This record gives sequence, structure tokens and C-alpha cells, in this order.
Amino acid sequence: MVYVDTILTVDNLHINFYTNNRCNEAVKGVSFQLKKGRTLCLVGESGCGKSVSASAIMRLLPPLSRIEEGRIIYHTDQGDIHLHELDPSGPEIRAIRGAEIAMIFQDPMTALNPVYTVGFQIREAFMYHAKMAKAAMQAKAVELLRAMRIPAPEQRVNEYIHQYSGGMRQRAMIAMAMACNPKILIADEPTTALDVTVQAQIFDLMNDLQQKHNAAILLITHDMGVVAELAHDVVVMYMGVAVENGPVEDVLTRPAHPYTSALLRSIPVLGQSKAQKLEPIRGSTPDPFNRPQGCQFHPRCDFATEQCLQEPETFSVSPNHTVRCWHYEKVLANA
Amino acid sequence: MRREQDVLLKIRDAQTYFPVQKGLFKRTVGYVRAVDNVSLDVYRGETLGLVGESGCGKTTLGKSILQLVPVTGGQFIYNFDGEEKDLRKLSKDEMMQARKRLQIVFQDPYSSLNPSFTIFGSLQDPLKKFGVKSKEERRRIIGDLLEAVNLHREYMNRYPHEFSGGQRQRIGIARALSLQPELIICDEAVSALDVSIQAQVLNLLLELKEKHNLTYIFISHDLSVVEYMSDRIAVMYLGKIVELAQAEDLFANAMHPYTQALLSAIPVAEVGRRRKRIVLEGNVPSPVNPPPGCTFHPRCPYAMEVCKSRVPELKTYLIDGREHQVACHLAEKEAAKFVQPVETAEVEKNAAN
Repeated sequence: MVYVDTILTVDNLHINFYTNNRCNEAVKGVSFQLKKGRTLCLVGESGCGKSVSASAIMRLLPPLSRIEEGRIIYHTDQGDIHLHELDPSGPEIRAIRGAEIAMIFQDPMTALNPVYTVGFQIREAFMYHAKMAKAAMQAKAVELLRAMRIPAPEQRVNEYIHQYSGGMRQRAMIAMAMACNPKILIADEPTTALDVTVQAQIFDLMNDLQQKHNAAILLITHDMGVVAELAHDVVVMYMGVAVENGPVEDVLTRPAHPYTSALLRSIPVLGQSKAQKLEPIRGSTPDPFNRPQGCQFHPRCDFATEQCLQEPETFSVSPNHTVRCWHYEKVLANA
Repeated sequence: MRREQDVLLKIRDAQTYFPVQKGLFKRTVGYVRAVDNVSLDVYRGETLGLVGESGCGKTTLGKSILQLVPVTGGQFIYNFDGEEKDLRKLSKDEMMQARKRLQIVFQDPYSSLNPSFTIFGSLQDPLKKFGVKSKEERRRIIGDLLEAVNLHREYMNRYPHEFSGGQRQRIGIARALSLQPELIICDEAVSALDVSIQAQVLNLLLELKEKHNLTYIFISHDLSVVEYMSDRIAVMYLGKIVELAQAEDLFANAMHPYTQALLSAIPVAEVGRRRKRIVLEGNVPSPVNPPPGCTFHPRCPYAMEVCKSRVPELKTYLIDGREHQVACHLAEKEAAKFVQPVETAEVEKNAAN
């Protein structure tokens, strides 16, 4: 079912990486829908395939990887565009990248170019996507920096990235991403490298932008706290599989997948002091080249049975809440 | 009530300044005041949490205690079984003996183990140094240590690259435990780990503390983790302690505006608890050239005239009979209405009685 306000559909995405003569199935079955004016969080531990899924939407995957299966559909007013069929360096995707779908990366120091001024890097977006006079571009760049609450933007626009602090760099990158008012903003761990007080500033900005431009945000994070505060919908990933998908209230309060439930019980919650008891998940994440059979989580799962050696189907807990686990009813009953 | 002899480590006016050098002749043009007049007590058997944002000096304070960085000034008085000695005044040999009691677990489990040594090779050095002569004996001790941190004995013959991040961190903890220390400084010990692994290591640290009667100084930027671990928490900002209180008191009744903002900025993994966030303007100022007066005043929503000129002292208040230390002019003004600040000496006298 496609809603009127759905702007991006990712359907059963599979991505393989071919390195050192080995094949890593980095993403094996991820589906979600991104809606206008809403934030979707992709959450999971390192190596679970959340960043890879996001890069696939932008078609920015590294050369030795391939979308094996599945569809990525961008819904526009002029009809659907099948992003997964486009040439990754062709003109169609380049017209979309940066203009319609923009991305914020985790580490602004490596994502921004140290030998160009910040202003130049913002103007670049206009050079490719808008026909504007040079002076107008410069004025727009200053305006964007001001909107990002960077002090003295007229002066800062001509500075280089090393002259910015960590939080300001991240804000400059958001300014760049927002330059052409994109319909979809993909943020890959935008605040992981930042302090919490600066993180609060960045989230504040992203909220403003969403309300002003009705943009859809795809936020990638490993922090359940961020999910609870910002997300409307959430997709939980484990070893390349989207194990649970639903509105944030449902997933965080009534988790149906044993992994989600175990993850929530293993993180300390602020304000509950030492009274809380953390229950760690036993074992560690498996080697991606030596994956367990069937459900990827079963070696660490308390609910595992023989049945888990087969790949679980997708079950619906409620109309919007789906889970990939044979025993989700038991998990729900146990909560 | 705590007694005087329960104090394991007394820090008085600790200062660690790093010189900033410039030009051809490396002239010293200024100092980074990484730790600036910090005074605190660490009690035996407690976990003292140390929180703050990057660059606030929490790691440097940890390293200063161990004398791993050149300390500029102040006293670090350690209680050697009843005999109090300043760690800075110890001779090289005495300090070497003292290191048995003071250990550290580093942040990055990838760079704190030597990749060309087996785990046995890395862990046997301190044992050798402190008189375990026979190799068999060292093997037995290291095997026991690895089992204490829930790893197999046989792992001692493996190299660091064969382990995952969580396992390496446990090896780091085993190494810190090897000489049966009294005080362990955990410097961001779980920050590099994934959440599902983090809980394993946190619970292990709590278990070991019970078993070996350890004292921890737990340094982290993650307040939720610090709250889970600590009895008391000290909040640092630009090299100074701005607030120090029992963990429950700090969360229920944060007095310093910075602590309040810090607490409100942390996303909480609970739906429907979206609180009003206090968003601070601007960035942490440079520690080379900190603002005059209270270093927090340029970002403080309640800044008054006095904050711009006078440095607030860390004062102790008794709130419902519990000590709460805070360095803030506003708190001082507010508190003057209903509680009297207690001089530190007086508190100590009371504690001794």
C-alpha cells in the first residue's frame, strides 16, 4: 500500500559487497517507506548495514558492491523514479542527488573539502542545480549559514573548514544539504562525533527545517535515546536484516522482536539511577562472513527454537508494525 | 556519616597546564588550563563519576592522578594503609610501588594493547616487575584473571587482533586487575563499544568492584552510563568542577545551570518523555583563553554582572543533611535564602565526629 504522502519506498533491498574474493551480504532484506514531514530512524549496531542502505538510496555505494535485489522508488509529482535502475554516475541520479535528496555525513572533517571555502562548497549545489547569478549564489549561501545560526555569516562564508569548530562544521554541512530545499534529507549519524549540548543544537535545527519545508528525514543512529526523541517511525536492523519496523511508540514500548527488546533492556536510562538492572545481550555480533543459519539473532536469543534455523517471515503485529521473528507473540506476551 | 580515614585520595588545588608553543624558538605563548584548581575527595569503596564534554579536562584529571602527565601544581594525597603521602612528592621507586595500587583502563581497546605481543606477553610485564618470578605462576595468575573477566584461559596465547572490541576491553580490565589495585580509573572504558556489548562490560565492572572491594573513578561523557555506575558524580566544565553531589541528588536537583542544560540535552530512550530541552548557545570556549569570572557565563541563560568578573568558588551546601557542592553565583544567591554554605573545614570536622 502506497500512501499519498509517501515519498520514498525501499522494498526488499539486498546489497552484497565483493572484497578479497569473499561475498558479504551487507544488506539482506530491508523495506521501509519514508513519508513527507516525518522522521524515520534506522537504528542498529555498527556493521548492521544501516549506512549501506542509506548510501544505496543516493547510489553512492562503493565500486565493489551491488544492489542484488529489491527496489528503491522515489515518488515525485511527475511519477515514480526507480532509483535502483539508474546509472550511479548518470545524469538522472545527478539531477536528483543534492537537489531532491541530500545527505549529511557523520564526520564533517572528511566529508567537506579542506581546500575550498565553505561558501564555495555551498555554491556548488546552486551551480549544478539552479541557474543563478554569482552574487545571488553568494547571498543565498550567507543566508543559509545565518539560518544555521552560524555567527558572522558574511565573514564565515569565506573561511575554510579548519577555521570552524566541530559543531559549526556539522551545521555548515547541513546548510549545504539544505541548499536546494531537498524533499528527502538523509542524515548518517550526524551527531555521533559531537558533544550532547551541541547535539541538542543540531537536532533543534533539523526539527525547524522539517517543519518549514515539510521534508522527510531518514536518520541513521545507534542511540536509542535519539530515536525516542526524534523519530516518528523506526526500523531496527541486525546483521543486514530489518528485524522490526513500526511507529516509535509501538516499537519502543511494545517491542515484538527479541533483539529490540533485549537492546532496550541493555541500555541505561537517564534518571533511573542505580536501581535499574541492565541485562546484557549474551555473546557478540557474528562475523559477517560466517553467518548463522536462518534468523541471524538466534544464537543470542532466549526464544530460539529449531524453527529459527529457517529464515523468519514478516509478520504484522498491527497495521503499521511488522516484525521478522517466528516467536513474536511469545515476545509480546513476555513483556 | 563518612569518616576521615575512609578518604582514599585527597586532591587539593590540582593544576595541570600544558604550554602552548609558537614560532621558531618554541616560545611559550600561553597555557591550556586542562585542570584548573580542582579539589575533591575520593572515598574508599565508592565509584566517583566524572562527566563533562570533550576538552573539559576529565581525562587529564585522571592522568594527573596517576602522574602520567606533568602536573603543574597542587596535592594528590593518597592514603597508603593509613599513611598519607602526596603522590607528587614520591621518589621514582616509591611511585613505582604506588602504581600497584592505582590502575587505569583506557578508552580505546584497539590501541591500548600491543599488537605484536600475545595477551600473555602483554599481561605478564607488571607481574614480572612486581616479583612473580616463575613463568608457571604467571601463567596461572593470568589464566585466573582472564576467567575473572569471563574469557577462556587459553586466550592468553592469542594476539589482540583475534579479539572483538568488547573482549579487548575485558582484557584491558584484566590487566588493570593483575596487581590487585585499590583504585581503578576507568577512562571512557565503554565508549568505544556497541550498546549490546557495553552492558556486559558495565556489569562486569560492578561485579569486580564487589568482589575485590575496589574504588573507581569512572570518567565518561555519557551521563546515563555514569549514573548507572556512580555513587557520586562530579561535573566538569573547562578544567573546573562545577558541581559535585550524590548521583540521585545531582539528577533530582541539579543546581548549576550547566548541569541542568547537560541533563536536558541528553536524549532519553523512553517514548513520551520528550522534555523541554535547554539549548545552549555557542560552543565551549578555548581553554587557552577562558572567559573571565565564571567560565560558563557567556553561555549561561542566567548570567549576572558578578559572573563576568568573579570566579565562583566550589562551595558545599547541606541539603536535607546531604552534601552538595556547586560553583555558581546564582546558586549561592538562591541558597543564601534557605541554607547556609558550610565551610569545607567544618564539614570535615563534622564528619570526623
